[in-house]
Amino acid sequence: MAAINRDDVAHLAQLAHIEMSDEELDRMATELAVIVDSVKSVSEAAGADVPATSHPIPLTNVMREDVVGHVLTVEEALSGAPDASDGRFKVPAILEES
Amino acid sequence: MNTETILSFEEAMEKYEPVLGFEVHVELNTKTKMFSSAPNVFGDEPNTNVNEVCLGLPGVLPVVNKKAVESSILIGLALNCKIAPHSTFARKQYFYPDTPKNFQTSQYDDPICYDGWIDIELEDGTVFHVEIERAHMEEDAGKLTHMGGSTGRIQGADFSLVDYNRSGVPLVEIVTKTIEGAGSRAPELAKAYVAAIREIVKNLGVSEAKMEHGNVRCDANVSLRPHGQEKLGTRTETKNVNSLRAVENAVKFEIQRHAAVLDSGVAITQETRHWHEDTKSTTSGRPKSDADDYRYFPEPDLVPIVTSAAWVEELRATLPEPPAERRKRLQADWGYSDLEFRDVVNAGLMDEIEETIAAGATAAAARKWWMGEIARRAKLADVDPAALGVTPAVVVEIEKLIASGAINDKLARKVLDGVLEGEGTPTEVVAKRGLAVVSDDGALQTAIDEALAAQPDVAEKIRGGKVQAVGAIVGGVMKVTRGQADAGRVRELILKTLGVEG
Repeated sequence: MAAINRDDVAHLAQLAHIEMSDEELDRMATELAVIVDSVKSVSEAAGADVPATSHPIPLTNVMREDVVGHVLTVEEALSGAPDASDGRFKVPAILEES
Repeated sequence: MNTETILSFEEAMEKYEPVLGFEVHVELNTKTKMFSSAPNVFGDEPNTNVNEVCLGLPGVLPVVNKKAVESSILIGLALNCKIAPHSTFARKQYFYPDTPKNFQTSQYDDPICYDGWIDIELEDGTVFHVEIERAHMEEDAGKLTHMGGSTGRIQGADFSLVDYNRSGVPLVEIVTKTIEGAGSRAPELAKAYVAAIREIVKNLGVSEAKMEHGNVRCDANVSLRPHGQEKLGTRTETKNVNSLRAVENAVKFEIQRHAAVLDSGVAITQETRHWHEDTKSTTSGRPKSDADDYRYFPEPDLVPIVTSAAWVEELRATLPEPPAERRKRLQADWGYSDLEFRDVVNAGLMDEIEETIAAGATAAAARKWWMGEIARRAKLADVDPAALGVTPAVVVEIEKLIASGAINDKLARKVLDGVLEGEGTPTEVVAKRGLAVVSDDGALQTAIDEALAAQPDVAEKIRGGKVQAVGAIVGGVMKVTRGQADAGRVRELILKTLGVEG
């Protein structure tokens, strides 16, 4: 795993919509490099025959039956919204399509 | 405005070979959402089918809908996929208001279904083998309505309103491998592929499969390469193609546009394109960029799905007859020629004819009515024949009335008029409109005598042995009886009256 550099941190910050100052970028680049190094030691411990762990507990197939449960009222749903109109959440127009 | 230059399709085909790929999203028709027990219902008032999970509120936990997993496995099995013994969910992270969590729960490394195939039959019977890379489970996003501006599109909008009713609706995304070798049939293949997927999920009963409701949505990938070149060209992904005709048109347009761009010596930009039904063209969305770094990682709140062989086989045992096999069986049962059967399929009348035959009509009679008189009226009314209002039972009853001699073909069409105008069953229409064939020989004889008296020269010809002249008298009788006579019986009676052997 390549060491994480300042550009990587700036890129991640942009992806995560986190505004960071130059000073913060410098500091995080150093700190994240240490974390990445620590994670690397895990990779060294596990051999090629050990599958990646997605979950720490050996639990599978936690599922529910297809039965309708509770819903919120429109008022409840919108109660935490910064802005609402016409029973809907009102958001700034964002040109980027997902 | 769209100022794209395009090449003619023929010229594009002369120079380049198209390569396709499709991502089809299928909305499942489960009662509840993928990860929450909120109802999965189309068309309700905004934000009335949501709970904490659909809104991505802090601290909530998703729980997988078992029925949705089973529906996904059924789709995989119907597409000849392998079913993963072990699969996980992942977070696909992006910022957009349709996704309140700022990530979509999807699958990444280990989709539940993979390595499948489907044979696609075009209208003329040509078969293309399309390989399926994967079919994975995910959730739908909320619906944005762009407000303000003049166009109703996002360009120039002042703000957007969000309805999260669709947020969390179970989706299965079916991804093909690259499809090569379609050549000039590419647009047609695109349409046929999406039609086949729609037919399969509808037949499985796992989706409402209505494209106009967004139950089946297609993103079409197109690239071109010069004939003989191995390396794939740069592709574009056209979104928002939500009818079968649009899929065909969008693929055709992109082929023509790519060809013009490549011809001018410019490279294709790898980007998302948006299909516009009004202008029948695509416009540039956004280029693939850093924003496509979705930073997938395993969803910590959902544990893996493990499918045992027993579970998969149990589901496999419930698979209905595949649509393509059903078509082969029905054609053989009905004895239709390839052309006759293809016409029936293309008219979308296979189910109606099957039901009509099951209700007691012969295969020939069912085809005669649905493909003839009913299809003709549907075309005039600009509706699907199946939606015209004629039921299989009506066809069977009319056929019975004809067979019993109560009405003839001409009267049957009037009976159909009455049924469509809401006058009741065919038998009721016959009674109300007085449409029964005049079978009273006395009444017919009067009409015949009058017709013979009106055309004495014709009567003389017939007496003299020109039996074919009888048609003129039959016509006269039919006119007088307003078509309500049995023409065969009239002919017999005329000849008898004149003492001539038929």
